[in-house]
Amino acid sequence: MTAFLRLLFRNRLAALGAAVLALILALVILAPLLPLPDPDATATAERFARPFSPGHLLGTDHLGRDLLARLVHGTRMSLAIGLAAALAAAVLGSAIGIVAGYAGGRTDNIIMRAIDMLMAFPYILLALAIVAALGPGLLNALIAVAAVNIPFFARNIRGITVGLAGREFIDAARLAGMGHGRIILSELLPNVLPVIVIGVSTTVGWMILETAGLSFLGLGSQPPQADLGSMLGEARAALITAPHTSVVPGLMIFLIVMSINLLGDGVRDALDPRLKSGALSRPRATTRVDRKGPVPDAPAKGLLDLQSLETQFHVGPRVYRAVNQVSLHVGRGECLGIIGESGSGKSVTALSVTGLVASPPGVVTGGAVRYEGEDLLGMPYGRLRAIRGEKIAYIFQDPLATLHPLYRIGAQMAEAIQVHHRVGAKEAEGRALELLRAVRIPNPESRLRNYPHEMSGGMRQRVGIAMALANDPEVLIADEPTTALDVTVQAQILALLDELRRERGLAIVFITHDFGVVAQLCDRVAVMYAGRIVEQGPTAEILARPAHPYTARLIACVPELGGGKRELAAIPGLPPVVDKLPPGCAFAPRCDRARPDCRAGEIALAGSGRHDVRCLHPEVTP
Amino acid sequence: MTAQTMTALTVTGLSKTFPVSGGLLGRARPGVRAVRPVSFAVEPGETLGIVGESGCGKSTLARMLVGLLPPSGGSIEIAGKALDTADPAAFGRRIQYVFQDPISSLNPRKTIRQIMEAPLKLLHGMDRAARAARIAEIFASVNLREEFLDRYPHEFSGGQAQRIGIARALAAAPGIIILDEPVSALDVSVQAQVLNLLAGLKRDFGLTYLFISHDLAVVEAVSDRVMVLYFGAVVEIGRAAEIFTSPKHPYTRLLAESAPVVGRALAAPEQKDSELPDPLDPPRGCAFAGRCIRASAVCRETDPPLEKMGDTRFAACHHPLED
Repeated sequence: MTAFLRLLFRNRLAALGAAVLALILALVILAPLLPLPDPDATATAERFARPFSPGHLLGTDHLGRDLLARLVHGTRMSLAIGLAAALAAAVLGSAIGIVAGYAGGRTDNIIMRAIDMLMAFPYILLALAIVAALGPGLLNALIAVAAVNIPFFARNIRGITVGLAGREFIDAARLAGMGHGRIILSELLPNVLPVIVIGVSTTVGWMILETAGLSFLGLGSQPPQADLGSMLGEARAALITAPHTSVVPGLMIFLIVMSINLLGDGVRDALDPRLKSGALSRPRATTRVDRKGPVPDAPAKGLLDLQSLETQFHVGPRVYRAVNQVSLHVGRGECLGIIGESGSGKSVTALSVTGLVASPPGVVTGGAVRYEGEDLLGMPYGRLRAIRGEKIAYIFQDPLATLHPLYRIGAQMAEAIQVHHRVGAKEAEGRALELLRAVRIPNPESRLRNYPHEMSGGMRQRVGIAMALANDPEVLIADEPTTALDVTVQAQILALLDELRRERGLAIVFITHDFGVVAQLCDRVAVMYAGRIVEQGPTAEILARPAHPYTARLIACVPELGGGKRELAAIPGLPPVVDKLPPGCAFAPRCDRARPDCRAGEIALAGSGRHDVRCLHPEVTP
Repeated sequence: MTAQTMTALTVTGLSKTFPVSGGLLGRARPGVRAVRPVSFAVEPGETLGIVGESGCGKSTLARMLVGLLPPSGGSIEIAGKALDTADPAAFGRRIQYVFQDPISSLNPRKTIRQIMEAPLKLLHGMDRAARAARIAEIFASVNLREEFLDRYPHEFSGGQAQRIGIARALAAAPGIIILDEPVSALDVSVQAQVLNLLAGLKRDFGLTYLFISHDLAVVEAVSDRVMVLYFGAVVEIGRAAEIFTSPKHPYTRLLAESAPVVGRALAAPEQKDSELPDPLDPPRGCAFAGRCIRASAVCRETDPPLEKMGDTRFAACHHPLED
């Protein structure tokens, strides 16, 4: 709660809105205690007294009633009606939405079509019709405003509920013996509540305005009772001769609606989970580079050379060392594997190469990435952009997430080509066709006109590879490209990548958590743990004689087909969080070979240069 | 007691067809047959592995077994008693489910204690003291500390959350637990922790498991028997120790050869342009015929029935592989 308030008031406009609203609320709540004259007492002799006249701070209206007293009591009434209408609309609308979204199918269809019909009427017409049917009066105006706003809540909450109703925890609740009513109340409601609160906070100002509108037309509060709308309505006749009678309630409406809207927007931003990390700004086009030390200037090895690369995430006071002093290189026609578990920094390493780590919170704090000897990190954005996709291309894990769902495959591929080359639409399409053939997609002509959702996972990943190849890149960085695929499809994709590397001399950086895949495809492999490379060397040698205890234990964990029913090896404990790394070896707490010196200080990556290990007590000497 | 009532779970002719909405003019279409009639039995204390690729119907089958999805046909019997879909609580006491994604199977706005209490209260009607005692007992058996009970799901790692999911399934005190890809969302180093825990629980509580996975090596390591599904039907079922080393069905062999293995050269085991059959337009005859090098005219005409081949092996193939 305090974290929520801090986030809310960091937004200055929201804080201003909250302050103004608090002042108004204090005023109206204390109204009965304030020394104000009776708001309904008429004194025609004193009509249209100007503001600041004795006894009447804000003057009087056309019947000589004290404007200040009427303003305070009118505001009280308007706020009460507006809030009541908002709450009524929220409760009823959300109940309808949650039931429709949970029930689904025909019930959902009938309820939502009825709501659509309600929405088809212009809102003021609908409100007028309701008041006309029920007769004028504040309570009826309240009912009308609430009814008009029910569809807003119903549609919003239904949308959220449909998403939640398919989640596994709802199934789990059913298996735990919960009935429908209990699931709605105890499983769904707590999850949609923030959305309801956001809905109320952003619409309550609007509802106060609508109630005032009905009162202005004489359909809401009835004389002599004051509310802001009726005060405006009564002052209309004297707009020119006594403007203060309209300006005073008008100004109050403006202040209320403005303060509520500012506060409501602030509440929405503070509650929206996407903004919870505090990153209220859009990520930059490249990762921020803020190198503390000197840029390494060793001669580059291979085609792509990462030299002591350091990437960190700065979130509030915490610093996550996602990539820590990583040095890697890959040459033409070579395949380098990076293997590690989730959170080991393997993907961040790959994204750092062309500055694709989201920034904020990502920052490159040291090292260099040399492509053909040139440092990509210090490069101007225009040059880097020309290299992205043209020289260094990526394949990601989930092709459904990386392909645009609304464009045809052919159009997306043509775009990837035309970004880097001035070619006509016809030529680009011809090239796309050629690429689809190169990745062995059957019927490429008809596939060009497919949308991503019309293809199977394996076919989509082939399109992802074809797009990565669109500009004949020199380096291909593949981040778990087969993890989401079935084994039979995985085997085909791996064979395809291997072929491409042999035929085109592609340099491939292959990121995975699967030793089987590494063994089949990669010449060399680097093992990452907690942001660092703990071992690197030729694949066959590392698999046969792992030197780092982590590598050895990890290989032992991977079950292999053909072993029969058995107990599997596990590594006790969990990988460390990279904002609180222990001194020395990060694996020491889980390692059975660890001795006191492992926890003492920095351990260097050492070895023959062909096979290196970061360990004081390795399993074998590389 | 007859042999029939001895089994823990008997499934007879269970099938599921999802209706397909017709076009604008409402021409009725036959619907997607996600699970074609499937029959099998599981002995008490056995682990039956179920493997197959995405879209083969393994999750649909599992959801029918726990009553989350009404079957289109067939019957489910647990320990000789038929289950009907009318009463979800009746399912909950006999058969439970562990979900693939451990985090999303826990309600983000409830504490672990609230999550653990629901099945005890609703399925077994326990009072507060009995619930607290039972939760402590279950948490001890899954190696979780009791201080976790007042935390929220997002505070846990995947492996811990999966142990909470297993604890919740145990709370219902079922005889059978369906494990739907219980370790595929976990890192390999944590995977084995959960698998070994499951093996221990099975021994201690005399459980029967149905273990669904796409990872053949994991299935082989934990199962007594394995059932291979393809396109909604059982293509082969047999002992875990033999089924992948001497498969009878060409699809089982394709699966086994596609799994990446250290020390085996990379080669795509089948043609590059093969695609899964279209569920909206199922082929006549054997669904695998289009991808099979052994397919003949008879395969494209008639669907092979599941036949006994050897002591414990059943396969649905006109031209089974020889040993």
